[in-house]
Amino acid sequence: MTHDDMLRSDNLPHEPEKATLEGKNKFLGFWFFLGGETVLFASLFGTYLALKNSFGGTEGVPTTELYGLELVFIMTVLLLTSSLTSVYAMYHMKNHDFKKMQLWLGVTVLLGLGFLGCEIYEFYHYVHEYHHTFTAHAFGSAFYTLVGFHGGHVVFGLLWITTLMIRNAKRGLNLYNAPKFYIASLYWHFIDVVWVFIFTVVYLMGKVA
Amino acid sequence: MSTHAAEKRGFGAVLWDYLTTVDHKKIAILYLIGGGFFFVLGGLEAMLIRIQLISPDNEFISAQFYNEVMTMHGTTMIFLAAMPLLFALMNAVVPLQIGARDVAFPFVNALGFWLFAFGGILLNLSWFVTGAPDAGWTAYAPLSIISPGHGVDFYAVGLQISGFGTLMAGINFIVTIINMRAPGMTYMRMPLFTWTTFVASILILFAFPALTVGLFEMTFDRLFGANFFKPEMGGNVIIWEHLFWIFGHPEVYILVLPAFGVFSEVIPTFSKKRLFGYSSMVFATVLIAFLGFMVWAHHMFTVGLGPIANSIFAVATMAIAVPTGIKIFNWLLTMWGGNIRITTPMLYALGFIPSFTIGGMTGVMLATAAADLQYHDSYFVVGHFHYVIVGGVVFGVLAGLTYWWPRMFGTMLDEKLGKWTFWLFFIGFHLTFFIQHFLGLMGMPRRYWKFLPDQGLDTGNLISTIGAFFMAAGAILFVWNIIITSVRNEKVSGDPWDARTLEWAIPNPTPEYNFKQIPLVRGLDPLWIEKMEGNGKMTPAEPLGDIHMPNSSFLPFMMSLGLFIAGIGVIFQVDNNSWWIVAIIGFAITLGTMFLRSIKDDLGYHIHKEDLEDKGAGVK
Ligand code: HEM
Ligand SMILES: [Cu+2]
Repeated sequence: MTHDDMLRSDNLPHEPEKATLEGKNKFLGFWFFLGGETVLFASLFGTYLALKNSFGGTEGVPTTELYGLELVFIMTVLLLTSSLTSVYAMYHMKNHDFKKMQLWLGVTVLLGLGFLGCEIYEFYHYVHEYHHTFTAHAFGSAFYTLVGFHGGHVVFGLLWITTLMIRNAKRGLNLYNAPKFYIASLYWHFIDVVWVFIFTVVYLMGKVA
Repeated sequence: MSTHAAEKRGFGAVLWDYLTTVDHKKIAILYLIGGGFFFVLGGLEAMLIRIQLISPDNEFISAQFYNEVMTMHGTTMIFLAAMPLLFALMNAVVPLQIGARDVAFPFVNALGFWLFAFGGILLNLSWFVTGAPDAGWTAYAPLSIISPGHGVDFYAVGLQISGFGTLMAGINFIVTIINMRAPGMTYMRMPLFTWTTFVASILILFAFPALTVGLFEMTFDRLFGANFFKPEMGGNVIIWEHLFWIFGHPEVYILVLPAFGVFSEVIPTFSKKRLFGYSSMVFATVLIAFLGFMVWAHHMFTVGLGPIANSIFAVATMAIAVPTGIKIFNWLLTMWGGNIRITTPMLYALGFIPSFTIGGMTGVMLATAAADLQYHDSYFVVGHFHYVIVGGVVFGVLAGLTYWWPRMFGTMLDEKLGKWTFWLFFIGFHLTFFIQHFLGLMGMPRRYWKFLPDQGLDTGNLISTIGAFFMAAGAILFVWNIIITSVRNEKVSGDPWDARTLEWAIPNPTPEYNFKQIPLVRGLDPLWIEKMEGNGKMTPAEPLGDIHMPNSSFLPFMMSLGLFIAGIGVIFQVDNNSWWIVAIIGFAITLGTMFLRSIKDDLGYHIHKEDLEDKGAGVK
């Protein structure tokens, strides 16, 4: 395949993200990468569960009093919806409708930003109202590390998707960038799945225990 | 062809070529240089340890320096010597063995190397600033948390960076092996070295992130005031041990499985027989990897996890002896009735079988939880893991390098010197480490700077040190062999060992695109099949056509350099806030190059059919 073929927008097959060997490799490699990320988050969850409500000789606010489910619920809705909108984007990619894909990716980014805003507010609130900080006690360290790693992933995902959108805004979809969009959206789904676990293990179980 | 061009070019051009290369064959050479350097460094550290312990009450080096040398020896050998040397072999051989022109992610492959290199350099920078890490290669908390100075910070950040590199390398090999195999190269026709690379890469993928998290937590505790491992603040030191060994035990299989793979190539070639029990070998490899994830707590029998946990982990550990035993018998049965040639690689294989078996036996002894309370943290353990690591991994690397040297460099290492190297190394190895089992049983603890006279430990330690000198002599001879072989520079044919697998079906030197035409694989040991049918060469699976090649890139180097700079900034910001500037510059370089990588199209280039036709390369 010549370079021109790679960069044209009028020759796209049904699944442009997997049409080239490079695309197939990226697709598979990224899935494996997410497998590694799963172990990463599993280790963070393990640490969190071991140190949950563990204050040692210090004073701290236990999870039952600390967490407020209202905000977390809104965050969950925002992030889950953003996963759905990124599915729409990929749907339009498969139908070669670049404009609509960009549109839905844009919505995804906005929802992600909304989530991030809430999270920053949440952390701010914990620190100022409850003195629940990273350095106060082991529970604080474990909480901010787990939830913060997820937040960091959100930031990276937003930068990534935005970069792709801007870079390709003028030239449209082609065999070269389709896999890039696709794996960015995979990454976004993964972030979403991790959040579902954080919502359950950290917040819901924190409220009951 | 490419080497001829290289000879004519100046030093600067060659250097630039290697700094930007994405060719797996050149990356193999980079790994060999990097891993070889750290192997020599780790070896020197080992000699310092052994000289200190040559006699009781010795004052050769100070206690603090001993701790640093001991820690850096272990860390260097595992992360910076053994693994990169194996990656050198994998990069040199695996794409060729599966009939591929390239790896799946040439760019990521280069990135993996540079991350390893800069992580290793960062770690060793600690020698020159405030002293090296001194809490053992296992860096148990709370010792690693209270250790003063910056030594352990360098440990945490340096290993973090090189660990990212390992992860990249692992993913690259997994996808390469799944997606890039030549037509006919089914999974059950893959050479065992490819299989073990594949399985070891999967282990890397699922084991390293646990270390990543452990190292982050340690970094946060030491540099950012977190409390993961500080009991007075609610922390728990056992979390580190779990995370470390959830990574650490699979790590020993990451090291030894590829070595098994090397022997599974060497033994059939020099027995002129196909590998006995091929499918059971594959099965055993996968089973070992699977069980390898369920035994980590055998390093923690003395922690007090309770009798139930200890028993479960003890039984799981002993179970691994079964697939390992299958392998040992398969190697023996491959040789049975074969037409055996005692070459240097074969000597290593022959030395490996009994040595590794002894290591496996002491392993089962250690797995007996109740008895382990006696062995733990004694020289018995030091004896055990050197039997598996040196007897398995180092023998494997030396065998593999000697075996594939003609493929990598077009020349043959001197066989006579090679055999001398083997005997020095083999005798030295058993002298050094066999006696250590008994020293341990007599009560000599591990990681002690000194031992007292007249406790029955004097002679044993003397013998052990003498053995270490034999090994050092062997290592020097190996380096000497490399030097004279390169000076003589006598090129050999593409298949000097009369071997069986695809990597030997290529002319010498290997063209940059590996195969001019992708070969058609018709069974296990594809080259041997063609030889038996009188063809002597592979049948192509495709007509001659343009070949797509990836572009070289300087970005992997820059990305890794950025993390290196950032690491230094992060380590020193606790002393002075202005180091944050350095850290930010470093992160900016890394993120900036990632951004560049994302926005700049990198489509590679083509070697045209017409240019290929007049070159007698690939499948003829
Ligand atoms: C010339 C060959 C070698 C000699 C003479 C040697 C000697 C030693 C000695 C004396 C110790 C210290 C034991 C203690 O006080 O606890 C040690 C530890 C260790 N060695 Fe080696 N070694 C050699 C090669 C290797 C190789 C090739 C590897 C790995 C690939 C390796 C891995 C380790 C590890 C992991 C430790 C434990 C370090 C720690 O406790 O933190 N060694 N070695
Ligand atoms: Cu183990």
